[in-house]
Amino acid sequence: MSPEPFIRLCGVRKVYRTAGEEHLAISDATFDVMPGELVSLVGPSGCGKSTLLKVLAGLHPHDGGDLRIGSAANPFDPSRDVGMVFQAPLLLKWRRVLENVLLPAEILGLPLAAARERARELLALVGLSGHEDKYPYELSGGMQQRAAIARALVHDPKLVLMDEPFGALDALTREKMNLELLRIWKEAGKTIVFVTHGISEAVFLGTRVVVLTAGPARMADNFVIELPRPRTLDMKTHEQFGVYSRRIYRLLGME
Amino acid sequence: MLARYTLGALAHVALILAWYLFVRFGDVPKYVMPSPGATLEALLEPNYDWWSGIAVTGTEIFAGYFLALVVGVALALFFTWSKILEAFFMPLLVSLNMIPKVALGPLIIVWFKYGMLPNSLMAFSIAVFPILLTTARGLSEIEPELLDLVRSLKGSRWQLFTKIQLPGALPYIFSGMKVGAILAVAGAVVGEFLASDKGLGYLMLQVQVTLDTPAMFMAVILITLLGVALYGMVLGLERLVVPKDARVA
Repeated sequence: MSPEPFIRLCGVRKVYRTAGEEHLAISDATFDVMPGELVSLVGPSGCGKSTLLKVLAGLHPHDGGDLRIGSAANPFDPSRDVGMVFQAPLLLKWRRVLENVLLPAEILGLPLAAARERARELLALVGLSGHEDKYPYELSGGMQQRAAIARALVHDPKLVLMDEPFGALDALTREKMNLELLRIWKEAGKTIVFVTHGISEAVFLGTRVVVLTAGPARMADNFVIELPRPRTLDMKTHEQFGVYSRRIYRLLGME
Repeated sequence: MLARYTLGALAHVALILAWYLFVRFGDVPKYVMPSPGATLEALLEPNYDWWSGIAVTGTEIFAGYFLALVVGVALALFFTWSKILEAFFMPLLVSLNMIPKVALGPLIIVWFKYGMLPNSLMAFSIAVFPILLTTARGLSEIEPELLDLVRSLKGSRWQLFTKIQLPGALPYIFSGMKVGAILAVAGAVVGEFLASDKGLGYLMLQVQVTLDTPAMFMAVILITLLGVALYGMVLGLERLVVPKDARVA
């Protein structure tokens, strides 16, 4: 018996109305995400990928189609089961790293002693042991983003939504964070939806890639990446990696 | 760091030295500019009752300032609680801020007679605006994505306020408090110039008549020191509650 999808989108639409004009941000997004998958949403600016992420986060309602997250066997609580990571780490400057990680637990009113313990474990998982009592400004950009990932995991959500989390990092740090994310994903066992405009990043990370195009916004493709795991950087030179990348470039009209 | 403090202290000493040398060798009459020594000697004149002057002016400054802090922060909290309140009140406040508060002095005296109350109100009226406006700005400066983060966890308005808005606004509140501290001193002294029967500003008007310039110098120095004390307290409090990186210059 194959497991049920964790997220099921069927013809999801999102329309923005500004000054009487309708602007289609998402049209007909249709794809499934299996539990424990890491799905890359890739596309240019204005393709609606961030909007789709906000719809998944429950921040915006969708205007058409069906969206279902969770299943009878694997229920989903929209207030507790979402962790978010953004392009900026958005750590609170006046809180130490550990206290920053605890923020979602505080908002949800979880028992703090246990959350504190978990926050320490997560900081170890993201490689920030020994930095718990530092202030954000004492960390590098990459380290701040690691702390932001720990914060997204502290309330043990089933779904982690990442909006170009490594977009502001330099190229080398970004490669390193990609490997780190794969390791964290494997250990934490979460379902992750990862928004990026980096084609190679999308292929390298994803179990599946969903390609969105802009003007008009629509879903152009959805395919499984069958590269072996664990992924290593030298896979980027494999022929199959190039095949996947070219497939996306072509869809985005760059070839 | 130590070298920086030393250099700063040195600049102060250098100014006093230049002042001394200028008076000593420039053949400047005492009623135009007294020497540092003559200025200090003014403190010995018992008729001037310096302690009472310091107490009166200090009380006016601190009372007016404290009132400005409480009212300024409270109004900012009220105005920024909802977008509509903010849109309604903020432009009005910006306009009211354009009033030169010193020009209100004669009115305040008409309304409240003369004495420590109107002088405190002068200090209040001039210090309240920077505190109110910076606090309001700090409260409304919130990263939209941080708002998303809280909303994705279905956090309440109150949680957003206590965990993110208010601590995020603290550096702004302090930058307004620092500006307000300097202005409060000016407000109280202007009040004393306009109408009063005690305080350092009042004393300055008295000794001006007798051309006792050393005493006027001393009064200015003491008023400045009152300002320094208030400013120092604000700075010390800021160091206690706002971590280094979060401070606004």
